[in-house]
Amino acid sequence: MSLESVGTADRSRNLSNEAGSIVTTKLLEVQGISKSFPGVQALKDVQFELDRGEVLALVGENGAGKSSLMKILSGIYTRDEGTISFEGRPVEIEGPRAAQALGISIIHQEMNLMPHLTVAQNIYIGREPRSLGGFALRERALNKKTAELLARLRIDLDPRQEVGELTVAKQQMVEIAKALSVDSKVLIMDEPTSSLTASESETLFRLIEGLKADGTGIIYISHRMEELGRIADRVTVIRDGRYVGTLAKGSFDVPTIIEMMVGRHIDENARPTAIDTHDNDVVLKVEDLSTRNFINGVSFELRRGEILGFAGLMGAGRTEVARAIIGADPRTSGTITVNGKVVSITKPTDAVRHGIGYLSEDRKSLGLLLGQTVSENILLPSLPNFSNALGFMQPAKGRNVAKRYVDQLKIKTPSVQQVTKLLSGGNQQKVVIAKWLERDCDILIFDEPTRGIDVGAKDEIYALLTDLAARGKSIIVISSELPEVLRLSHRIAVMATGRITGFLDNEKASQNTIMELATRGHE
Amino acid sequence: MTTSTPPTPTPSAKNPEQINPPGGAERRGIGQVLRSQLQQSLAFATLVVLIIFFSVSSSSFFTVSNISGILLSTAVIGILAVGTTFVIITGGIDLSIGTGMTLCAVMTGVFITNMGLPLVVGVIGGIATGALMGFINGFNITFLGLPPFIATLAMMLIAQGLALVISGVAPIYFAEQAFKDIALGTLIPGLPNAVLILFLCALVAYVVLSKTILGRYTFAIGSNEEATRLSGVNTRKWTILIYTVAGIFTGIAGVVIAARLGSAQPQLGTGYELQAIAAVIIGGTSLLGGRGSILGTLIGALIMSVLINGLRILSIQTEWQNVVVGIVILVAVFTDSLRRRREA
Ligand SMILES: Nc1ncnc2c1ncn2[C@@H]1O[C@H](COP(=O)(O)OP(=O)(O)OP(=O)(O)O)[C@@H](O)[C@H]1O
Ligand SMILES: [Mg+2]
Repeated sequence: MSLESVGTADRSRNLSNEAGSIVTTKLLEVQGISKSFPGVQALKDVQFELDRGEVLALVGENGAGKSSLMKILSGIYTRDEGTISFEGRPVEIEGPRAAQALGISIIHQEMNLMPHLTVAQNIYIGREPRSLGGFALRERALNKKTAELLARLRIDLDPRQEVGELTVAKQQMVEIAKALSVDSKVLIMDEPTSSLTASESETLFRLIEGLKADGTGIIYISHRMEELGRIADRVTVIRDGRYVGTLAKGSFDVPTIIEMMVGRHIDENARPTAIDTHDNDVVLKVEDLSTRNFINGVSFELRRGEILGFAGLMGAGRTEVARAIIGADPRTSGTITVNGKVVSITKPTDAVRHGIGYLSEDRKSLGLLLGQTVSENILLPSLPNFSNALGFMQPAKGRNVAKRYVDQLKIKTPSVQQVTKLLSGGNQQKVVIAKWLERDCDILIFDEPTRGIDVGAKDEIYALLTDLAARGKSIIVISSELPEVLRLSHRIAVMATGRITGFLDNEKASQNTIMELATRGHE
Repeated sequence: MTTSTPPTPTPSAKNPEQINPPGGAERRGIGQVLRSQLQQSLAFATLVVLIIFFSVSSSSFFTVSNISGILLSTAVIGILAVGTTFVIITGGIDLSIGTGMTLCAVMTGVFITNMGLPLVVGVIGGIATGALMGFINGFNITFLGLPPFIATLAMMLIAQGLALVISGVAPIYFAEQAFKDIALGTLIPGLPNAVLILFLCALVAYVVLSKTILGRYTFAIGSNEEATRLSGVNTRKWTILIYTVAGIFTGIAGVVIAARLGSAQPQLGTGYELQAIAAVIIGGTSLLGGRGSILGTLIGALIMSVLINGLRILSIQTEWQNVVVGIVILVAVFTDSLRRRREA
């Protein structure tokens, strides 16, 4: 079947009507939008317009106000000023329901799923097939409808599976399916690909093309610059809550966009300065690591001052290796040697005790106390350093340290006392990084450290990691973004289906050589 | 559209990185079912073991009259527990069900004995009192933004005070046998009506929880309220409705206890809420929300009454009964957390 069938007969009829008459009105026009939160002017006089059947990319640094703007359009925040016109008529969008009714749907940046409910129950929440006057559920119809939707979207998921059991990437696919399950005229995607691999992203892009052909207007937010050329028709840049400009297809290139975003030039093709760590001590040695269901005989060495990248496709087992090392998952075989001594690590606290820190890929459920302040989060793992002999906290000392990280990582927040939940997505990620940096482990494992982080801040984080390594820390970086692996790692381990298929020194590595190893073992 | 796609690509052939072996989803499906039922099956096994143990230990345990007595003593706690299962699945808590039940009993007494209203009207009035309390709880939680613990703690005190004031700190007696028959009559020979009511309540609650929109949103809110709200579900409305439903069960429990005792006892009530909550937890409903079942609650309530009854038959001091129930709660919650840890 072809992807055009994503749209409905209903929508194509609209389109042909419009083609018949002369349509001059824009699908969506937004003008002079301002929004402030206590201590933050999130948006100031922002504008953009969206046509039918086009993809408008919205880019900007972390905290630039992209998500806030989209939340205004989807009825979650109310604007302070400005006008929104939808199909030529000014509208007020008073809540998520009102947005749905207009035909605006959104995939939120932060996962917004009910983990205890199944895929089908999540996708059609609030719109379940019903009987008996709308009170009784028709579960079978629900599952059937979902199976049809998923088949149409070519998403391989079981409608009856509980969402909490899915990987982050699969959960993201559920979110996408959920947004596409409504016939929307405007579809907003807030960093939909941040947890997807290249091929899953490609599936999404094909869906987007199908929707475009049906006349849906799409607003697409991403920090992955390479995607823009692939799918965007126009790019609107905002910086610090203000409108910077819009570039049309053909007239935008990535360096220009980045300069508009961050106000300076960033070299995207930089590589780490080659340093020879081959003679340094081995700080971490993993031999023949296996787990019950997946990892098979993984062995590697990590030397002092080295950054070892782990590349591979989603599901290759990189996160599983990290979790097995730190004792979060049980091992069936394998010895772990830290600084020459064989150690027994059966739970994450053992790992921390032996100086191994793990920064998880799923920050919302594992990495952050969202209800606590920025400073509390940063200091949490190292609290004993900020209390005196009697256990009383020394708040001033802690605040200063937290402030240092806020400056160093350019975390955008009115103060270190701000509740973490209120930071933008990328800035939350920076808080997680600060937390582990402060914990001061000798061996740091970063799992997708820059997910959702803007190009400028990525560069800062790269510099920071490089600097840490130069000062004698040893770092493992797991990343699905090949440019990131290449930019950071002295050496790269490539994984496929639970094994390491090869090691590459940075000078010899390229996207092609990595992909070659990463797909080894697949048909 | 220009992108041509191969005729019928299977999803897994297109995405080489998919690691699920064929049939993986199904296997997980079964495992998932087993695991989610584990707590409930454990509770059931515990119940069976307890019954066997007490039957072996004492010949007077497994007799028709004693079993019927156990069921009768489960009725009130059971009905309360069934109602509060809804609230706990949303991740909330309702502390007002114990004294709330008393207030409902007192109001039933006021309607029937003091005001001389017909029986049916009095019963409906008593249940409506419970619904109103639940509604107010729900309103305070959603619109005033009070944490459920606080909102229902306040309601617990208010209900207690009102029950005492309205009754003049004296029991209100029911003269009509027909009223007492609500609990003690036997529509089914040998089975007190109170037990029948408990089973009916459980059945209705089961259907509501698993087959209706209200049930779906109960789980959804407990799983992730924010996400549910952003999906366009009016979570305030549903939360109020859920607390109101719990209130209706409180009202029914009030009527049943009044009928059983033949009077509305205004001093009674505190402690019932904790026993009901304990039954819910023993039955495998998670205090964190998102997970739970009526069947489990029913088993949990039975475990508590079997334990208490059995200990009494073995002539163990009443003082020890609480200790045992406390330990049972610890074990139940511990096995639940073990399960969750393995899942993570
Ligand atoms: N509810 C809120 N309360 C207070 N401040 C908020 C709230 N929501 C957003 N902000 C602030 O508004 C600013 C813009 O945030 P927004 O989430 O829109 O950024 P963003 O462009 O989406 O960033 P990212 O790329 O990191 O996702 C940030 O400084 C953020 O801290
Ligand atoms: Mg954002």
